[in-house]
Amino acid sequence: MSEGHDAQPEYLASSPDKEPAERTEVAEEAATQARLDARNRAQATDQAAGTEPAAAQPSTFAARFLRALWSANTVTVTVLAIALAMVLGAILIIVSDANVRRTYSYFFTRPSDALTASWNKVADAYANLFKGAIVDPEALAGAFNGTVRWERVFYPISETLSYTAPLAFTGLAFAVAFRGGLFNIGVQGQAIMGAIAAGLVGFLLPLPVGVHLLVALLAAALAGGLYGYVPGILKARTGAHEVITTIMLNYVALFFLSWLIVQEGIQAAGRTDAISEAVHPSAELPRLLAPVGQSLRVHLGIVLAVLVVWGVAWLLGRSTFGFELRAVGLNPEASRTAGMNVARTYAMVMAVAGALAGLGGATILLGTAFALTGAVVGSAGFDGLLVGLLGRAKPWGVLLAALLFGALRAGGNQLQVGSGISLELVSVLQALIVVFVAAPALVAAIFRLRPAQAGGLETGMAKGW
Amino acid sequence: MNVLYGLLQPDEGEILIDGKPVRIRSPRDAISHGIGMVHQHFMLVPVFTVTENVMLGHEHVRPGLAGYLDRRRARQQVVDVSQRYGLAVDPDALIEDMPVGLQQRVEIIKALTRDVDLLIMDEPTAVLTPQETEDLLEVMRGLKKSGKSIVFITHKLKEVKAIADRITVLRRGRSVGTTSPDTSEEELASLMVGRTVLLRVEKKPARIGAPVLEVSGLAVNDERGHRAVDGVDLTVHAGEVLGVAGVQGNGQTELVEAIMGLRPIVSGTVKLEGRDLRGRSTKEILRAGVGYVPEDRSVDGLVQGFTVAENLVLNLYDQPPFGSRFTLNLNEIAKSAEQRIEQFDIRTRSHQAPASTLSGGNQQKVIVAREFTRPLKLFVASQPTRGVDVGSIEFIHRQIVHERDIGTAVLLVTSELDEVVALADRIAVMYRGRILAIVSPDTPREELGLLMAGVTEGAAA
Amino acid sequence: MTQVSTVTFDGSTAIAEPVRFWTRQRKVGAGFLIAGVIAAVLFGALATDMQVRITLAETTAGSAVGIPGTVGAILFGLIAAGAGSALLAPIRRSWFAWLVGVGIVAIVLSFLCWQISQSSTGLNVMPLGNVANSTVRLALPLILGSLAGVLCERSGVINVAIEGQFLMGAFAAALVATLAASVWAGIVAAAVGGLFIAAILAVFAIKYLVDQVVLGIVLNVFALGLTGFLYEQIMARNQSTYNQPSRVPSWNIPLLEDIPLLGPALFKANVFVFGALAAVVLVHVGLTRTRWGLRTRAVGEHPTAADTVGVSVLGLRYRNVLIGGLLAGFGGAYFTLLSTTNFNKGMTSGAGFIALAALIFGRWSPIGALLAALFFGFTSALAFYLGAIGSPIPSQFLNMLPYLATIIAVAGLVGRVRAPAADGKPYVKG
Repeated sequence: MSEGHDAQPEYLASSPDKEPAERTEVAEEAATQARLDARNRAQATDQAAGTEPAAAQPSTFAARFLRALWSANTVTVTVLAIALAMVLGAILIIVSDANVRRTYSYFFTRPSDALTASWNKVADAYANLFKGAIVDPEALAGAFNGTVRWERVFYPISETLSYTAPLAFTGLAFAVAFRGGLFNIGVQGQAIMGAIAAGLVGFLLPLPVGVHLLVALLAAALAGGLYGYVPGILKARTGAHEVITTIMLNYVALFFLSWLIVQEGIQAAGRTDAISEAVHPSAELPRLLAPVGQSLRVHLGIVLAVLVVWGVAWLLGRSTFGFELRAVGLNPEASRTAGMNVARTYAMVMAVAGALAGLGGATILLGTAFALTGAVVGSAGFDGLLVGLLGRAKPWGVLLAALLFGALRAGGNQLQVGSGISLELVSVLQALIVVFVAAPALVAAIFRLRPAQAGGLETGMAKGW
Repeated sequence: MNVLYGLLQPDEGEILIDGKPVRIRSPRDAISHGIGMVHQHFMLVPVFTVTENVMLGHEHVRPGLAGYLDRRRARQQVVDVSQRYGLAVDPDALIEDMPVGLQQRVEIIKALTRDVDLLIMDEPTAVLTPQETEDLLEVMRGLKKSGKSIVFITHKLKEVKAIADRITVLRRGRSVGTTSPDTSEEELASLMVGRTVLLRVEKKPARIGAPVLEVSGLAVNDERGHRAVDGVDLTVHAGEVLGVAGVQGNGQTELVEAIMGLRPIVSGTVKLEGRDLRGRSTKEILRAGVGYVPEDRSVDGLVQGFTVAENLVLNLYDQPPFGSRFTLNLNEIAKSAEQRIEQFDIRTRSHQAPASTLSGGNQQKVIVAREFTRPLKLFVASQPTRGVDVGSIEFIHRQIVHERDIGTAVLLVTSELDEVVALADRIAVMYRGRILAIVSPDTPREELGLLMAGVTEGAAA
Repeated sequence: MTQVSTVTFDGSTAIAEPVRFWTRQRKVGAGFLIAGVIAAVLFGALATDMQVRITLAETTAGSAVGIPGTVGAILFGLIAAGAGSALLAPIRRSWFAWLVGVGIVAIVLSFLCWQISQSSTGLNVMPLGNVANSTVRLALPLILGSLAGVLCERSGVINVAIEGQFLMGAFAAALVATLAASVWAGIVAAAVGGLFIAAILAVFAIKYLVDQVVLGIVLNVFALGLTGFLYEQIMARNQSTYNQPSRVPSWNIPLLEDIPLLGPALFKANVFVFGALAAVVLVHVGLTRTRWGLRTRAVGEHPTAADTVGVSVLGLRYRNVLIGGLLAGFGGAYFTLLSTTNFNKGMTSGAGFIALAALIFGRWSPIGALLAALFFGFTSALAFYLGAIGSPIPSQFLNMLPYLATIIAVAGLVGRVRAPAADGKPYVKG
């Protein structure tokens, strides 16, 4: 009965009966989105129509799987992004090593020197990365024939999981806010506040085992939540952009921490350096692999992280708050028209994000650090931003991304010890991976992938101020 | 037209100018071939003055100084062109402060200040009153006399018959025929759509009940604090369609937003079945049994990234059966979505498809379906068929009439005269924030046109 | 016949207009009133009677204006309250900014009366010339960074990566200036460093349509990691060969430098001061009076309109982002060639974000950004000064001052500002 709807003559498209002055942004955005949609639809039609007219559609599962694999879908892009980042990392390694540089100065007379030196250095570096993150094959072999303790075999994984736990929380903190349309760059500050709260409960409040830990965690979530609520309510009431307010609050938290840990009653007794009392053992996150070895730091935090990831996934997908969060994040105007209270949603989203970040800070303090120092949270907050992005702001994706980053960090320690390469390389690798993942079009162009509805972080989520 | 103006590249075929094939790769090329364009969506920078907008892209610069603008010459040029073609405009006014009809003139001046032989005008009359349209047609006749060629794109059959020397009808990207302006409107419409189109909606006489919406002395301001609604009284009864007609920009948007709680009311009252709506949140108003189709569906009506199912519960997700205060009932949402897709003939691959994959008409049907899913006392629709294909227009019109027949009060705000005449039981004409008159749909169109232009009986224009 | 209900209209509105009482102006006024009273009471109570002296000179010697601490604290607090009450009354809009300025200055003075009179080092003079000098100095990177932001954002590209551009600039300047034993080479290298980050930003934002805020954040992390890594690998091992640039020379203009207050700040200067001021002037004139400026602004507000008249939207955006990178890189050189003379990891400490805040606070205009940058520079200078006189406030809280001021500025005083309409929205050709 009705006409076909897919190829509409544009003469009946939306007419300009709007106040153009007020609707320019809207018109621009609609126009851009329309062009992009048209482009995507064209690509999809191309795909469906078959861009290889000669070859028949692959019929076996294997063939179809391979075909899908080499298109710009999320998994392929991520893997290739990691590969690209490692290539660039290799270049950095080569360039920054004085010995290797020397072999390049006479490259044309004896290229083999330069190439072998480069290859050795890079291979050695990445091998150390692997050994520090997953397992050392020699240790594994040794354990099987009894010459090496099993502890050494599990050490890299234990380290990886220890780093993963807080990153999962901070990654979620960024991701949840991102889905709600907010850039929570203040994860670091919120994590610091969470660590402070957990620490204060941990060494100032004597409570029985079990309860102590729970109260400390709750305090951390509360502190982080409040610290996140502040920029949220500022955005809701005054429109102050959360990028700036959260970044400023990061520095405020940092200074507050540095002041707090040298105060009487907080500073560790008998010490002059900036470190607080240690938390009571009843507030610590118990170690999971203690029987296997004392050096295995992996703790309950990782279990908590998985539970919380599941909880956040449920929240986003099945709760009314999650529905509002996603609606407001995708289109605050339509949400408002449908009756939602956008400002209140923004504030609540930031509070939830802050609480998650606070838990991340608590995980570090109660799991591995045990006492507050100026750098107790390390870079977990900022890494959380990258983890959230890499995980495409989806809870289980964030967990996987946290795992990757945790592995890189654990491996990075070994890299520094074993190859003498600074840990900072890991930061560079992490940033590069995210840059490439954020632009699947670039990765697709480099590797000549087939276009797909790539789950990138492009214009679909692009927002202005 | 975008191809002719260099905004799009053709995949096949050729363009001949004066018999010679040309390649137009960008607007610059088009301009150099003497092609100018007056766009459907104005290509004017709101924060610039008229002169700045006109000179953008071919600015006069002072000789010697690198790129230093010669504003005086530019201004003079605007004045010259404006006088020559009878398009009066203030060269120093800011675009964002100008009414839409004047902005149109600036678009035209922009095109004319370049050396154009062929002027493409894309839906120029959509924002004009019938009077302003007449003025524009006069301008076009003048341009024709000075030797310019004009490609006039419009879907308004009366206009094209009034001005064109030849009419070419396009449908689905193909030309379906070239006729003379003597062709009847019915024939033109059926060429456009491909079958005979009912230009009128069949409806029974209205059974009018008690007043449902009572608006009294309503005053509302726009974003910039100017009075947009200036003392409006209207009443919508159960079982009737009250149409609010008028050219876009006379306060209709603000009126509807105020009723829906999306814009603060400065003074006056809005009552729904006697209950005061003023100060209530939009959520409360929707819950009280008011359905709303906003005029800008992609911005205000739908969340493009949500699925069709999610959009169908956008204002219902926390109410049974779709959800409770804390959780959603995903099964119920999916089931209901499938039902409604069927019922409202929404063309989509599945209820899980993102709303952005639907065409304009189907997106509008989603919004209509959403609102009609719950029992309504009042249905407010703002430009419900803008940008919608003819088939969906028919469907939506039938839905509106059905709603009115079961006793809902319908407030229909539209700038399409045909639509309001076909659907409304009474027509309120809005001009500059006031209701000038409330008339019957049998009123002759000339009278309606005059009212829309602000001319009332007895008062001098 | 048609039923026509005639409504005659004569243009006048007979409806009374209940205006909302708490307009933004009134809220700000109430805020100042309360803050002023609190200042008068609190600071007045905490201040001592020691003479608080303020001089225009650069040093603490010489003549000064004095006022007893308690009296001053109370007096200035009351003045702020007065400004607040004035804002509560209906006044002309143009007075708003002035009264806000008076309010801020009065509260600061009241605060200072307390602080200075409580000086534990006994140093109870505030040499304004010195403070002005510090203000300008500390504002320098902020000015350059926010100008870079102006160029990018007025063209429609959000640049959150100013911090990263600073870091690359600082690192490059330190490295090259040491290797080439020339600060000028260092400055050129710094500009190139900023250009490098800007190029990545431009390509990914404009061509690959990555979300620009996300991209900026990631680039900051990347720059932090890269400079940190290179520092560890190259500089940390051999500071003298790689990390010992000299300071840029001071250029004093003979007569002008003796102008009280402004003289030392502006005319006893160096390449950064002159460069920054020149850049402000150039960008301002460029944006308002040249063809480039008109096109840039059009591209930032309504790129489709610009495209349809033949302006190269993407080309213009690329160019402006790259030039912005040069400016920001130059700003980064400040850290290693003027403020200190070596590079440390993460040494910019958020200055890039304060520059971004200055951009927004200054409403995306070059002059506004300059004034906002000076304001933030002043808060840093104040923090330093208070630390120097031994203020009772712990140093960590003093360090928070610029950051807290930024929050208050962005949230409180600015109101809803309007970015260029197409800011952050990538342009896709049809």
